[in-house]
Amino acid sequence: MSNRYVQSFKILDKKELCPNTYWYEIEAPFIARKIEAGQFIIMKPFKKSERIPLSICGWDREKGTLHIIVMSAGKTTRDLNEMQVGDCLSDIVGPLGQRSHIDKYHDACVLIGGGYGTGAVIPTARDLKALGNRVIGIVGARNKDLLLMVDELKEVCDEVYLTTNDGSIGIEGFVTHALEKILEKEDISYVLAVGPVPMMMAVTKLTEPKGINTWVSLNAIMVDGTGMCGTCRVTVGGETKFACFHGPDFDGHKVDFDELMKRQKMYVEVEKKALEAVGK
Amino acid sequence: MADLSNKERMALPMVEMPLHPAEERVKNFDEVPIGYSPEQAQQEAQRCIQCKKPGCVPGCPVGIDIPGFIKFIEDGDYAGAVKRIRETNFLPAICGRVCPQDKQCQIDCVIGKKGHSVEIGSLERFAADYERKNNIRILPDIAPDTGKRVAVVGSGPAGLTAAYELIRNGHAVTVFEAFHRPGGVLVYGIPRFRLPLDIIDSDVKFLEDMGVEFVYNMIIGKVLTLDDLLGEEDFDAVFIGSGAGLPKLLGIKGENGNGVYSANDYLTRIYLMHGNLFPEYTTPIVQGKRVGVIGAGNTGMDVIRTAKRLGGDVTCYYRRSHDQAPARAEELRHAEQEFINWKFLSNPVEIITDENNNVTAIKCEKMKLGEPDRSGRKKPVGTGEFFVDEIDTIVFSLGCNVNPIIPSTDKEVGINRWGIVMVDPKTYQTSKEGVFAGGDTVTGGSTVILAMGQAKVAAENIDKYLKGEISWAEAKVPTDPDSPGVIWDVEMPKKKKDKIMKENVDHRTAAS
Ligand SMILES: Cc1cc2nc3c(=O)[nH]c(=O)nc-3n(C[C@H](O)[C@H](O)[C@H](O)COP(=O)(O)OP(=O)(O)OC[C@H]3O[C@@H](n4cnc5c(N)ncnc54)[C@H](O)[C@@H]3O)c2cc1C
Ligand SMILES: Cc1cc2nc3c(=O)[nH]c(=O)nc-3n(C[C@H](O)[C@H](O)[C@H](O)COP(=O)(O)OP(=O)(O)OC[C@H]3O[C@@H](n4cnc5c(N)ncnc54)[C@H](O)[C@@H]3O)c2cc1C
Ligand code: SF4
Ligand code: FES
Repeated sequence: MSNRYVQSFKILDKKELCPNTYWYEIEAPFIARKIEAGQFIIMKPFKKSERIPLSICGWDREKGTLHIIVMSAGKTTRDLNEMQVGDCLSDIVGPLGQRSHIDKYHDACVLIGGGYGTGAVIPTARDLKALGNRVIGIVGARNKDLLLMVDELKEVCDEVYLTTNDGSIGIEGFVTHALEKILEKEDISYVLAVGPVPMMMAVTKLTEPKGINTWVSLNAIMVDGTGMCGTCRVTVGGETKFACFHGPDFDGHKVDFDELMKRQKMYVEVEKKALEAVGK
Repeated sequence: MADLSNKERMALPMVEMPLHPAEERVKNFDEVPIGYSPEQAQQEAQRCIQCKKPGCVPGCPVGIDIPGFIKFIEDGDYAGAVKRIRETNFLPAICGRVCPQDKQCQIDCVIGKKGHSVEIGSLERFAADYERKNNIRILPDIAPDTGKRVAVVGSGPAGLTAAYELIRNGHAVTVFEAFHRPGGVLVYGIPRFRLPLDIIDSDVKFLEDMGVEFVYNMIIGKVLTLDDLLGEEDFDAVFIGSGAGLPKLLGIKGENGNGVYSANDYLTRIYLMHGNLFPEYTTPIVQGKRVGVIGAGNTGMDVIRTAKRLGGDVTCYYRRSHDQAPARAEELRHAEQEFINWKFLSNPVEIITDENNNVTAIKCEKMKLGEPDRSGRKKPVGTGEFFVDEIDTIVFSLGCNVNPIIPSTDKEVGINRWGIVMVDPKTYQTSKEGVFAGGDTVTGGSTVILAMGQAKVAAENIDKYLKGEISWAEAKVPTDPDSPGVIWDVEMPKKKKDKIMKENVDHRTAAS
């Protein structure tokens, strides 16, 4: 029976951003209607896949589509990255988590992205801008070929800094170097960092002594994404929180990053088997 | 069948449910009980003396005509038996397998006074399986279309039952489920060796055949709010059967160690995501050799027996005594046959982890029984003596709290201090007009049959509401944050009710 609530999860568009990293436009009208900056989805490319969380870098409410960026990490992300325009994902559920915690601030807002995180900060940057904030972006990568979503971020920021470890473009070094440069010039009211845990940790170390309101989006391992399983437990301010329900954004100065990094490794060994099984 | 006197019937031996032997069954996930043959079912049915005032019926939360259906089995009319059961129970193949009969219908069976009560659950299961295997299920009559639409949130036993009752009354029904498949805890909690998937799926298929619409991957509150459903989406009423999925932990040191699972996490990875078939299915589960399971309720038994099937050397830690274990008697018995180590009167106080956050050991305090507490059970008290066991994987099986997603996204739905959705215990109306609720969401967690019983009463009241026979003006929804959840509201003698209620409260607070 055809039923108006069934979403096709069809890939309408796909672009390579850099090796092993793709941008997708996917049909999911009900989710697209509701999703807000900072929220995420959980998806399964195939029936037998694991459920994995992904951030949203944009959406089109009219057209009923979501924009996501997927970096090949293991089996599930690789499976997804082999799908083509016209293919349908098995399942997507969302919007999950709380929206970004933002306001109209006195001083500048700095949004820092690494890897897929650059896409993930774009909706928050847009909202901050709409509230009348001065918005600065920082995008970091190992070299210039790995920088992604720069133009899209520029569209929603007053200024964007690029950093590369090898100095092939922008500031040589890490995103924190750009952040230091900004701090020399002006005051900052709000920071959001999304990307690899060491990056988020370095950012919070830098802003903590200055007491800057700093948010990080925690990429804990998840299953249901609704608070049902507890696999995404993180320690924030000495308390156990569920990243999927209470987060994904948390006060970066209170997060136990060490525990998060160790918990992310829980399945590393066994995941290798999933890849070996398919001979990749 | 020869006519037997009551005395002869009472002298007949009980027909034991045939089981797969423990040494074999711990190597697979096949269903443990094999089921009665028709001969065995008839033989067991002969033990029922067809009481004029049966002890069993008042113990059944939905009041199945137990002697009635047993008589049909005795007479060899199995289709008649299942038809009789279906008059009051929509999920007999499931209930026959998972209901706590030992605490409900079988506890006051007269035959049980002297020997073992009639095996009512096994007979119910037999009749339902006969129907499914022979494909003789007939669609019930459906009332003419009322033009009304009802949204059901959740596809656990409460949601499925509400959908069935509502569609029968001529209302259009759409079930919204957060997960990618239906069944709720029946699928992601209760293991396959107790409840095979094809049974759940055949009940869902039946509802689809009746015209119920199922939508998966839809988290109500997030993707569509209750206001969306009642507004733009044009539903006339909503039933919330979203269960009680929020795992309890103990708050002890080391709880976030790698290798510490909640029962929900552990069981979901295996039974919803098929983690036991990794890497064909790609959801991983990491289980070391030595597995410690904390809690001895139904959930605990399910985890223990699952861990055993995944090759673990399993120890159960429970802070009370063996006799206080709240699990269904059959589950405890089956677990005991499956080579498990038991550490009763052992209260976990710390989980010890290494520098990589991996679990290495569990520390427990030895307990002893003290004075009875409010539930009448002797309370475990610490002895000040501790022990440490080396362990690789720990699963907390302590029960659940109510999932906050719906109430957190709609402040009009009143909840109590523990997050339980508050309803009028007679009608199951919530504090929000047009919204009803039942099942674990309003109890904080109980049993399949109670969830079904509540859903059925709620559906009757939704029907009345849609016909304009009841309104929100008369609804009596508690507002005191300290009010308890609904536990029980099925017609039944008070004494019996209290007893079952207590048992079910014990079951819910498996860890306490
Ligand atoms: C809220 C949230 C938002 C996310 N957004 C995106 C996104 O927009 N785009 C994107 O490509 N990825 C995103 N991720 C990370 C993504 O979910 C993981 O890369 C994915 O689960 C890996 O699955 P896999 O089967 O491909 O690899 P696996 O084989 O499961 O893992 C491969 C490697 O990735 C690590 N890993 C596993 N799970 C995670 C995780 N949750 N976070 C970080 N590392 C992990 C493992 O330790 C392992 O080393 C997000 C994660 C979260 C929690
Ligand atoms: C491991 C375990 C073993 C058990 N064993 C037994 C037993 O032997 N016998 C017995 O009688 N009882 C047993 N129980 C208890 C029994 O399973 C529950 O009481 C019963 O399933 C409750 O039914 P329900 O329909 O209220 O909720 P659930 O079965 O929890 O179903 C709720 C459904 O709603 C969905 N949902 C939640 N939130 C949303 C949302 N926002 N939008 C859409 N969908 C949503 C969930 O995904 C789920 O599918 C056991 C429980 C567990 C955990
Ligand atoms: S109480 Fe026992 S013997 Fe009497 S009717 Fe019920 S099942 Fe039969
Ligand atoms: S992913 Fe299951 S509780 Fe967060």
